Amino acid sequence: MVKVKVNDIEVDADPKDNCILAARKAGVEIPHYCWHECLSVVASCRMCLVEVGETKPDGTVAMGPKLVPGCQTPIKEGTVIRTDSSKVKTSQQMTLELLLLNHPLDCSICDQAGECYLQDYTYKYGKAQSRLDEPKLHREDKYHIGEQIALFTDRCVMCTRCVRFTREVSGTAELQVVARGSHEEIDVFPDTPCNNKLAGNVVDLCPVGALCSKDFLYKKRVWWLKHAQSVCTGCSTGCSIHVDQNENKVYRLRPRENPQAQGHFMCDEGRFGFKYIHDDRRLKYPRLKTATGHASSAADSTPAGDLSFADPWPTILGEARKRIQTAIQNDPSGFVAVLSPFMSVEEAYLLASFIKGIDPRTKLTLGPVPVVGSDDLYPKGPKGEPPLPSKVKFTIRAEKCPNRLGVEAVLRHFERSVIHAESLGKSSASAWYVVGGYSTGWVNEKLDQAVGTPSLLIVQDIFPSPLSERADMVLAAGSFAEREGTYVNHAGLAQAAHASIRPPEEARADGRILMELAGRPGLFNAMALRKEIASTIPELSAICVGDLGDHGVRLAKNTNQPLAAKS
Amino acid sequence: MSESQTNPPVKKKTVKWGEAPKLSVLDALYLPAIASGLATAVRHAVSGKPTTRQYPEVEPEIPPNYRGVHRLNRDEAGRVKCVACYMCQTACPANCIEIIAAPAPKDDPHWKDRDKFPATFTIDELRCIYCGMCEEACPVDAIELTSVYDLTGMTREEMVFDKEKLLSVFDQTVKSGRDPVRTNRGKLGPASEVSPTAKDAPPPPGRGKRG
Repeated sequence: MVKVKVNDIEVDADPKDNCILAARKAGVEIPHYCWHECLSVVASCRMCLVEVGETKPDGTVAMGPKLVPGCQTPIKEGTVIRTDSSKVKTSQQMTLELLLLNHPLDCSICDQAGECYLQDYTYKYGKAQSRLDEPKLHREDKYHIGEQIALFTDRCVMCTRCVRFTREVSGTAELQVVARGSHEEIDVFPDTPCNNKLAGNVVDLCPVGALCSKDFLYKKRVWWLKHAQSVCTGCSTGCSIHVDQNENKVYRLRPRENPQAQGHFMCDEGRFGFKYIHDDRRLKYPRLKTATGHASSAADSTPAGDLSFADPWPTILGEARKRIQTAIQNDPSGFVAVLSPFMSVEEAYLLASFIKGIDPRTKLTLGPVPVVGSDDLYPKGPKGEPPLPSKVKFTIRAEKCPNRLGVEAVLRHFERSVIHAESLGKSSASAWYVVGGYSTGWVNEKLDQAVGTPSLLIVQDIFPSPLSERADMVLAAGSFAEREGTYVNHAGLAQAAHASIRPPEEARADGRILMELAGRPGLFNAMALRKEIASTIPELSAICVGDLGDHGVRLAKNTNQPLAAKS
Repeated sequence: MSESQTNPPVKKKTVKWGEAPKLSVLDALYLPAIASGLATAVRHAVSGKPTTRQYPEVEPEIPPNYRGVHRLNRDEAGRVKCVACYMCQTACPANCIEIIAAPAPKDDPHWKDRDKFPATFTIDELRCIYCGMCEEACPVDAIELTSVYDLTGMTREEMVFDKEKLLSVFDQTVKSGRDPVRTNRGKLGPASEVSPTAKDAPPPPGRGKRG
């Protein structure tokens, strides 16, 4: 740690920090466009020019004669940084005036308006008027940059963050700067659009509205979006994300910086893969098959004209609890519960403790774990080859579920081993409780045959499947944006995901269903449950803090405590 | 309760309490007031001047800053001037405006120079409180309030004006010369055009007069 003085505020900074990071620690913002923590330094935008000096051994301060870019200037013991002198302020004003020379100022139709650094910095550091008398340069918009990316060329400030991203993080190097001087533009080679699996990140990286996501283009003004901190459920990397929603509709996912999980970015598969949560085919009502074989649901039982607003859940959950208890009493070892790797730790715990609480001879199993291909490592080499293990900056994992490790920890505690539901033989049990929650069709032939036609089949899922078709009871559950809980990623990092929207129609988040099914008093409270889980399951004792914070909590790798020890 | 909470933060001596003037004996009888009221009524009755407005045969003069029914202005090419920036919807205190934006049809030469336009634009005229904030907020002077005050309808649905209806209000009020377009700030707001006073703008601090 070295002592640095920023505008007369003394702070301890890391010797590896540059002036921007050191100033940030002092609570001073140095405006910047081209610099980004994850990318190389080019010092081209000139926005972060500051006065830097050093403290001489005799205590006097010698300031440098010129302004220096804060992003490129390292610090050492006794470095003095000034960001509030008139010299710095004048330079910031002139830099912004230059950047805005050919900027069209079409904020009213720009998607970035509201989260745009040109707007923010102009407001804070810029000046109100331009002295340009000539007509502004007008450049054509480029919709060919990528499948998901549009470039509004005249809004660009040439920070080249996007170019460096494709060269350094994705390694695919599609984007480049063409022409020189005031004719500089971002572009791609003909027929090689920027369609790599991390391409969506250039939209987040762009500090202005030049690169826009075609998916989100003109859908919503950003000041109406409400953000919830969550975790991407696309793969076991478990990227930290923001879920941006308005009026119960999710408009986009954005990566949330988390050095413990994935860093700054997320893949396009996760970014654009959330749309299934608004699919019309979702299960929206709980359904109960009566003895006569007639399926009744909340929707069916309310014929037009006779409006009944009765909540269907208490009856259905009461019936479910009764039937589960009867089935377990009749044949305890013939009762199988399938826990999905899309469940949060809390939900898995609620279900497991409920079933095992009735009779410990019941069987808990793990549902299918979707695996597609192999892990995709970035940055790619020139021929698309994966990088050396020490150079990996981003990984899209093959395991396409968020919480296998968390559910396995719960299973190991209650069942002493992890049994895969598919490995059970044909029609091996008399009663099943199956939990889904997958984003795609997940019931494979093996599982379908293993379930067969049992005497009791309860399915808790978000989409209809062969199992839900013949189920005695279907409990319409919630997607990742609707439920709250903890996910344990591939490296044993437990992260909290928060609910952002309500489930459609009469569907309910899984936590709420299981709380009522288990007959527990009160509402589903992830924080209180985490404390309970931590005290019950030694493997998960790290989540005892309840509030896992923004970055999550890492689980201890090898707990030496006995597996079934209860406190 | 502490001292500061019981006493208002005003010194007692600085407060001057007003009192109603005392009525004299004559005023307390109210007879002079009744007489003067009667006199006014009689004066109007015998003057022979009509004071009733013959509405709807004779329409009243509406001041030009009257805030009546909205309209959506058209640009020179006859397209809707609105660029769907949602500023009016954001500013509206009654939440009566609803816009759905869409990318402009770039293939159509008619729309070539536009990026974004409102696919739908509805105003619930019954929910509106006619405060004029939408007009204030609009950066391109696309939404204006007209002097049309006599708005009627048989159902609630027909009082929800869509884009076509709002454009037709523009056609009617402008063609008839009733409400000429009030302002012209520029294509994308005042900031988008070259300022005529750019030369006169002050130089940045720390520089000479020549910039």
